Amino acid sequence: MLGHLEIIETIQMLNTQHLDVRTVTLGINLIDCIDKEAEVTAQRIYEKIVRLGTPLVKTANQIGEHYGVKIVNKRVAVTPISIIANACNTNDYTIFSQAMDKAAKEIGIDFIGGFSALVDKGFTSSDRHLIESLPSALSSTERVCGSVNVGSTKSGINLSAIQMLGQTVKDLAIQSKDQDGIAAAKFVVFCNAVPDNPFMAGAFHGVENADCTLSVGVSGPGVVRHALSLLPKEASIEEVCETIKKISFKITRMGDFIGREVAKALGVQFGIIDLSLAPTPAIGDSVANVLEEFGLSSVGACGTTFALALLNDAVKKGGLMAAHRVGGLSGAFIPVSEDEGMIRATRDGHLTLEKLEAMTAVCSVGLDMIAIPGDTSSDIISGLIADEMAIGMINQKTTAVRVIPVPHKGVGDTVVFGGLLGEATIIPVNTCDCSTLIQRGGQAPAPLHSLKN
Amino acid sequence: MEQLIVTVLGQDRVGLVATIANCLQKYNINIIDITQKVLDNNIFSMVLRVESSENTNLEAFRQEIKDIEQAKQLNIFVQQENLFLSMHRI
Repeated sequence: MLGHLEIIETIQMLNTQHLDVRTVTLGINLIDCIDKEAEVTAQRIYEKIVRLGTPLVKTANQIGEHYGVKIVNKRVAVTPISIIANACNTNDYTIFSQAMDKAAKEIGIDFIGGFSALVDKGFTSSDRHLIESLPSALSSTERVCGSVNVGSTKSGINLSAIQMLGQTVKDLAIQSKDQDGIAAAKFVVFCNAVPDNPFMAGAFHGVENADCTLSVGVSGPGVVRHALSLLPKEASIEEVCETIKKISFKITRMGDFIGREVAKALGVQFGIIDLSLAPTPAIGDSVANVLEEFGLSSVGACGTTFALALLNDAVKKGGLMAAHRVGGLSGAFIPVSEDEGMIRATRDGHLTLEKLEAMTAVCSVGLDMIAIPGDTSSDIISGLIADEMAIGMINQKTTAVRVIPVPHKGVGDTVVFGGLLGEATIIPVNTCDCSTLIQRGGQAPAPLHSLKN
Repeated sequence: MEQLIVTVLGQDRVGLVATIANCLQKYNINIIDITQKVLDNNIFSMVLRVESSENTNLEAFRQEIKDIEQAKQLNIFVQQENLFLSMHRI
């Protein structure tokens, strides 16, 4: 028999500490949708997503109710569209994003990912068409997310792509200026992108995956914070790490179990569980608060990078044994506008872009959901991306940039994106010119440690 | 037949166990084990491990539990036991 207190602990995690399954994401291979005619391909994309995706929301809700576990987001990721559209007779890929959007609405999901290209070792003509289509494709749709992988430890960094994408980020924001540039929040630039990430905006279904898989991302910053808050102030750092490991094990087991149940009910292969701490703007669901529980007065203080590195490591160590298959991004997320503690720290001037960049060297992903001044030049955005990609390439980890240059707003202004995207205070970006570097373009060579054979 | 965990949290009062037990009986759900404690923050907690029967209408049972929650100002959770086993047992 399970212990009384074990059951009460679980109930409290689920009901007062915001433990939930953050997302179940259905990965769908679209390669069999390819046709020379763009309209035929788009129709097949729509039909396949609807055919496989229709049971997703209902099934996830039913299983969530049976187990008393909230499954917050139900989403779909598809094969990168630059691959699917390569043989089509069009250069404007908006038609494919519209097919994805229509399918997402039909099956009742809020986001669909995979309007993506992988250009870390160079462009195909289709990759260029996709990048050129991004502003129109994402601003003319509601639910489609896009991503471009511009670098990897194995191949180096495509600086020409970064040069293009600085302008893309600006264009996305400008085309959605009536909504404070929200289209830029649906686009992410990656280094070392992973093919099985269940989280938006960067989810896509890599070609190495099976036809249809279900992957899971769990949450649980509130649970970790609660566990740490029970430790005495004089507890050693080893005790802090052990506490995180133990609680991460339980969180991950829950996510792994629920994910497998959903996959079984849908009759699809279970993909991976992403061992992530994903915050929301809700009070008590903040990664920043967990870092502060280590003993910091505010996230951004000296010691933040140290605490984040230990948090990230302990979450992985605790989660690894709890999961059947681990993948995705796996680590603590620090999306600024989506985390109540990060929102506060940037507003109060305790958390700067430079500190956030340092933090991305030791945690999952990168500069995420950061509002910057609308008049930031495309070259400076490219420089920001290049720095972040270098951190990923050299440290053999995934890094990403999702920044929103908010049109007609400047440092200190507040922007509200709403829902899970939260709100942010616009923070300053170093305005020194880097255009000569960015305009060089070309392919940055892979680092020495890419040569492992 | 399903193994369920029913957890009741709220202010202690006369008749709580009877209310829940009557509801379980109505839907032909058998109590396998039952424990109750008052938690540190003075909250009454009761955990029942139960087993449904072939003729149990689980949907109607869950709805009636929701009605009891509202009427008695309690928090009642009905969850399949496997979830707890996965989290707390290797």
